[in-house]
Amino acid sequence: MNSRTAGRTDGPLDRPSTAIRVENVSKTFDTAAVLHDLSLDVRAGELIGLLGPSGSGKTTLLRIIAGLDAPDRGRILFGDDDATGLAVQERAVGFVFQHYALFKHMSVADNIAYGLNARRRADRPVKAEIKRRVGDLLDLIRLSGFGDRYPSQLSGGQRQRVALARALAVEPRVLLLDEPFGALDAQVRKDLRRWLREIHDRTGQTTIFVTHDQDEALELSDRVAVLDRGRLEQVGTPDEVQEHPASATVMKFLGDSVEVEAIAEGGRVLVRGRETPVVAPAGTIGPVKLYVRPWQLQLAEPESAHLSGTVRSSYRTQGRQRIEVVDAEGRVLAVEDFDGVRYAAGHPVGLRINGGHVFG
Amino acid sequence: MVETPRPKTSLLRTFRRPSVIPGFGISFGYTLTCLGLIVLLPLAGLVAKASGLGLSGIWEVATDPRVASALRISFGVSALAALVASAFGFLVAWVLTRYRFPGRKLVDAAVDLPFALPTAVAGIALASLYAPDGLLGAPLARLGIQVAYTPVGIFIAMVFIGLPFAVRTVQPLIAEIDKEIEEASATLGATRLVTLTKVVLPPLIPAVLTGFALAFARGVGEYGSIIFIAGNLPYVSEIAPLLIVIKLSEFDYGGAAAIATIMLGISFLTLLAINLIQAWSRRRFGYV
Repeated sequence: MNSRTAGRTDGPLDRPSTAIRVENVSKTFDTAAVLHDLSLDVRAGELIGLLGPSGSGKTTLLRIIAGLDAPDRGRILFGDDDATGLAVQERAVGFVFQHYALFKHMSVADNIAYGLNARRRADRPVKAEIKRRVGDLLDLIRLSGFGDRYPSQLSGGQRQRVALARALAVEPRVLLLDEPFGALDAQVRKDLRRWLREIHDRTGQTTIFVTHDQDEALELSDRVAVLDRGRLEQVGTPDEVQEHPASATVMKFLGDSVEVEAIAEGGRVLVRGRETPVVAPAGTIGPVKLYVRPWQLQLAEPESAHLSGTVRSSYRTQGRQRIEVVDAEGRVLAVEDFDGVRYAAGHPVGLRINGGHVFG
Repeated sequence: MVETPRPKTSLLRTFRRPSVIPGFGISFGYTLTCLGLIVLLPLAGLVAKASGLGLSGIWEVATDPRVASALRISFGVSALAALVASAFGFLVAWVLTRYRFPGRKLVDAAVDLPFALPTAVAGIALASLYAPDGLLGAPLARLGIQVAYTPVGIFIAMVFIGLPFAVRTVQPLIAEIDKEIEEASATLGATRLVTLTKVVLPPLIPAVLTGFALAFARGVGEYGSIIFIAGNLPYVSEIAPLLIVIKLSEFDYGGAAAIATIMLGISFLTLLAINLIQAWSRRRFGYV
């Protein structure tokens, strides 16, 4: 079963079942607006990444869903129920903080059991049941035998796994992760990412996570929601947002790109009078900005090129060759994946544009 | 000569671990010298003086009904006062760190006043306040409660001087409480009360114990502020330090030293016990 489609069950009701609906939410802190009239549907069972630069409001949105912050306007729906007025305790969400927020004076097992033990006596599982569940979760986070340790005796990655188990123990309606890997080093981050995806595939837990790391969002998510300055720029699968970015902001945020002056004319996009394979949005005419990814540029003979400049440097990284070309205006254009010829610095080259995006 | 002087090196090793901070030898020596001269030497002199009476002599002093009752009052009321000061001090520290209100800085500064005030001044102020015709004493007297010249007066004076210790030891820890810890607890469904008792308070216990120990020690040793309000009736409201002063004025130096030594012994054992509880709770709570 392809896990990436697991959440999208367009059933007989002709709409995917929505686990969480954010409806026209606005939030202002002091005088600074953090969220502007933002709406977002999260489908049951999906893993959705809220991606945006710092200050884009993604963490605030997550906290509003959790009930840790209240929106100024708008509603939060869990399924068909309005949860806007519900207190944090009543929302049954699992929240994982960037800096773990484990209870330092409790053992790992007690941390995981906390949510169950905190329940009213009538709703609390019996001791043996709690113990069994803690054991299962320790297995799930691959920390069996660590139950008696204290958080201070664990590494950062292990602590974050405990925090995740603690959140899962209460069987939350939705799992909310705030920059869950932000405090970890690169290798641990990668492992945890893969592991989180596995856990999600196994449990089918509706999950929203916040990140400012494009790679993380694109690798992990069923769908990515790109936020910028409190507005939702685009929601879509990783492929959709990469292949059809909705705006220049999304384009720029998802990776390196070069801005090229171009002319749109009858659906075609011309750079220095030469046609490119890029299609302009309907109705766009006149001077436009064309955004090109490094791998959409190719070294070419000057007579067939759209751009020209001189080689500044070239280097290899992870099996790819990357060449930096400086054009007449002093701009640096990055080119990737070329045929392997090495150019000395200062060598004049032409560049052909093989793709790109123009936004209306 | 292949014999290895191992024990010597290993002993040295345990003391001299390689460290980036230089000067272990000199700073350790300096510390020991100061501690010896300033703290241990006078105490040793005291014990030496008391030992002139012999064990049986000290025992005789300790079992003297008047001394025994003074010791009971001193330690009993101190413990009670330290308990109340800890609870009340915790509340003060909590309010001062967790809430923002006008005049907060002033109240915060006022907490230290019992530190700075000459104890006799505090004693006289408390005595005149709680005297049967005093500002607080008069209405209390009408209710049939007498504070001044009773153990209750001792208790109030001890709470007064112990309070700053209780406040200042827990305050920094309350300020350090991570907001996310409380939020995590709330998202897991815990009510405010559960969050408070299970998550927020337990890590503060060692600090509260420290505050208790300091307030207790201060109460046991306090003299100036108490004698004015206590009334100093033998068997009722006479504290051990006063008894020492009385013995001194009677030139019974041996008897004074004996009471002091007994106080020293009880205080040391009590503080040791508190420290052990603290060490245990620290270990339990996984703190350094």
